[in-house]
Amino acid sequence: MTDKKTGMAREKLVNIHVNGTACEITVPAWRTLLEVLRELGHVEVKCGCEKGDCGACAVLLDGEVVDSCLTLAWNADRRSVMTVQGLGGPGKAHPLQTAFIEHGGAQCGYCTPGMILAAKALLDDIPNPSLDDIKRGLSGNLCRCTGYTRIFSAIRAAAQALRQEGGTS
Amino acid sequence: MLPSFELLEPHSLDEALKMLATSEATPLAGGTNLLPDLRAHGRAGRRFISLAALDQLRGVEHKGNRVIMGGSTTLNDILRDPLMPKAAPSLVSMAKVFAGTMIRNAATIAGNICYGSPSADAIPPLLSVDAEVTLTSAAGERTLPLDSFLLGYKKTAHQPDELLKTVAWTIPAADSANLFYKLGRRRGDAITVVGVAVTVVIESGSCSKARIALGSVAPTVFRAKEAENILIGGPLTAATIDQAALTAAQASRPIDDIRASAEYRRHAVHMLVRRLLTQAWQTSGAKQHD
Repeated sequence: MTDKKTGMAREKLVNIHVNGTACEITVPAWRTLLEVLRELGHVEVKCGCEKGDCGACAVLLDGEVVDSCLTLAWNADRRSVMTVQGLGGPGKAHPLQTAFIEHGGAQCGYCTPGMILAAKALLDDIPNPSLDDIKRGLSGNLCRCTGYTRIFSAIRAAAQALRQEGGTS
Repeated sequence: MLPSFELLEPHSLDEALKMLATSEATPLAGGTNLLPDLRAHGRAGRRFISLAALDQLRGVEHKGNRVIMGGSTTLNDILRDPLMPKAAPSLVSMAKVFAGTMIRNAATIAGNICYGSPSADAIPPLLSVDAEVTLTSAAGERTLPLDSFLLGYKKTAHQPDELLKTVAWTIPAADSANLFYKLGRRRGDAITVVGVAVTVVIESGSCSKARIALGSVAPTVFRAKEAENILIGGPLTAATIDQAALTAAQASRPIDDIRASAEYRRHAVHMLVRRLLTQAWQTSGAKQHD
């Protein structure tokens, strides 16, 4: 669709690799990656504050953790997105997911997908994080249930498990 | 949902500058301020220019004792730069407590400066190292001190056809200290209640240069120049430091808001400036005895 007055494209076909699967979708410029992912069925990506405060919508974009509510879908064109589902799931859980379960790192669960992806980005950078590193890594993720303590211990346990596995997360 | 808008996607800096010169459009970098603003109270039909593809605006160059930072450098890029802890210690301390991880991956230095917020965390550290900004447009380039770029509440010298191309500064002298502290309601994901950056340069046991930059306590981030002058020309005694800190607090023009009262902010300026100057004097003094 092209605007008659300006001749500019109002919508664009974007190609986003979500968890390894190529997805094509035609969207206008003002749609966010969060909205598009949920429309594609990726409802594991949660919508919280929609202003970059809570981190519930965090995803990995080319390996870097971003708030999908502040990322325009056009900016994800020809790039790779990983949601928490791409990290692992029942039967093939990632050590972070296992540790969150074992340590009680999730209560209501709404912040968990974002928490786990921010933790994944942290451990990719710093395989053996200090408590301060973990706090800084999760500084954009709000949890109103756990008081964070169990989330921190889950991440320390996952970091140890990953190091024993050989360092690749 | 965001109100509808048009998005131009230039592939080069020249193309972007031509677009800015010929169409009424706003540059869109990380979008961490612009998109929430637009969602909260923006009108439909605006036009933005995406800076996402302009790689030449992103990155840090270290040239001798000069640091030249591209406008699209993100806050996390600052933390990833191995030379930055020496090039601007206060800037690194700031980046560690700037918003949260995801915002640091998106927010750019140019965005933080050009938005002109009184609580812009990157500005006090940059003022404390006498940073200059270079603005570029289809008509040419101009460079000015960051100090004179800031004009008032969300008001800067940035013109609609310009992009902030680089921020540059000279690495602080060896016998110096450059510190930052952010007072907030919590350590992560918080808007600053009071932000303080100081630089102290020591020559033969005497303070030869001082910078005190304050955030969130006036319509714009500013340097407390009268307080700086009190420190010059002698050793920093407890009395001199306290007098400078009190003068900085008196120069502040804070407001009452949801985060803190004006009275609390002014008191915090007094205490934090005193604390940072004391630390700065002690650490730079210690360096002299190495």
